[in-house]
Amino acid sequence: MIITKKKNIETILEYLKDSKNIYLVGCDSCAEQCETGGEREVKAMAELLKREGKHITGFSIPDETCYSMLIKKHFREDNDTVEKTDAFLVLACGAGVKAVADAAGDEKPVFPALDSLYLANVARYGHFFEGCSLCGDCVLGETGGICPHTQCPKGLLNGPCGGMANGKCEVDMKNHCAWATIYRRLKIQGRLDVLKKIAPPKDYSNSVKPRTVVVESRSKK
Amino acid sequence: MRMQTLKDSLFSKKFTITAEICPPKGTDTSDFLGKARLLKDKIAAANVTDNQRAVMRLSSLACSVLLLKEGIDPVFQMTCRDRNRIALQSDIMGAWALGIKNILCLSGDHVSFGDHREAKAVFDLDSVQLVQVISKLNKGTNMKDTALKGGTDFFIGAVVAPEADPWEPEMIKFEKKIEAGAKFFQTQAIYNMDKFYRFYEYAKKFDVKVLGGILLLKSAKMAHFLNNNVPGVTVPKHLIDELENVQDQLEKGIEIAARQVKELKRFCDGAHIMAIGQEESVVRIIEQSTSY
Repeated sequence: MIITKKKNIETILEYLKDSKNIYLVGCDSCAEQCETGGEREVKAMAELLKREGKHITGFSIPDETCYSMLIKKHFREDNDTVEKTDAFLVLACGAGVKAVADAAGDEKPVFPALDSLYLANVARYGHFFEGCSLCGDCVLGETGGICPHTQCPKGLLNGPCGGMANGKCEVDMKNHCAWATIYRRLKIQGRLDVLKKIAPPKDYSNSVKPRTVVVESRSKK
Repeated sequence: MRMQTLKDSLFSKKFTITAEICPPKGTDTSDFLGKARLLKDKIAAANVTDNQRAVMRLSSLACSVLLLKEGIDPVFQMTCRDRNRIALQSDIMGAWALGIKNILCLSGDHVSFGDHREAKAVFDLDSVQLVQVISKLNKGTNMKDTALKGGTDFFIGAVVAPEADPWEPEMIKFEKKIEAGAKFFQTQAIYNMDKFYRFYEYAKKFDVKVLGGILLLKSAKMAHFLNNNVPGVTVPKHLIDELENVQDQLEKGIEIAARQVKELKRFCDGAHIMAIGQEESVVRIIEQSTSY
């Protein structure tokens, strides 16, 4: 689940100031669950833009807007609408914006209506938290399944900082100190020896951007 | 004449006092140097903070070199917050090349406390790893084990929080810092001597020197501020009462700090006095701790 947040409407209107005919794209997956880019939010944005004097050429809410091929296919099938559009506004994560920008071609501007925040766990419907930062060098095997790179604002790998107080984190006292939690869990598991080993610096060579992957079953073709 | 160093003092087994001097916010170093001169013959070394509380100030490296020129042994503080592993190694070698002998490794306060809250917090290494890296520089290689044309020979220090709660993970980290090569420790501000004594008994097992952290309480208001805003620091009620019951609270704060230093003298290797802008008071704390 990718968490997104609405940009200020002033920012969006500034993006669209030179465009009259706008096409809106939402996302029926993550952005729908975040209530930032589902059908309701896309329709509300359409109404708002109409009040601002814009013409809405159309809208779509793909199942998953990050599927580049799906968006390209959709735009090919509805080429007339694409032709009539001056600019696209995407209510999805950055991957969705990228998919739409590539599908729209070089001449049509595509703008994000959202900021993309993080990869989230879903605590329950509508309640999200960050559990993994996609660092490319997973240490969860040594930390009781609690990511210090994510749960600790400093991403410390060898234990708590001096700001831990009553097992809470100095940066936000509502949060448990990641290391107090890791310690507790490894102690219960009888694995404190793991904690006593010095953890090496992370290997960021795994996260040189941009990254691409072709799965094994598809790479032979 | 060779300057007396922090290492000399700690290994001579005499009670060692260090103090903290905060670099200026700007390039005018006259106040900074004025405070340094006040402290010069009273302390074994002066810590130079590295953008403490994540507030941008003149560099700790530059200010450490200025202290050297004054004949004061600097403890160059280096945090992991603002530099990646390349910059850390480069600046640390630079400090050695400029004559700095002591380095104190810290994680660093998070940028969200400071005056540049939009900044990217780096934390490429943590404090344990930073100690490990400097140990390698001391052996003449960089962290990738590549031989250097000239290494370092720093006296490596780190910090520890004796009143940490929970205590055990902090002690595990303390031991990791020792394993990584830390030779001396300056502690988080202590106000509970029993808890500090518990830590000191534990630390005695290891071949390291410990300087207990003394933070001057300038007023009862400051004590309340610490309790409410500085995690990991707890000023007990009886000290706040002491401050509230007198007219001149700074004077009382100096007296409390002097008492704490005197208490530490009974068993500890030294004291590290933090007075945040009140360096004149440090001199009085030291004088009072020896006189009364």
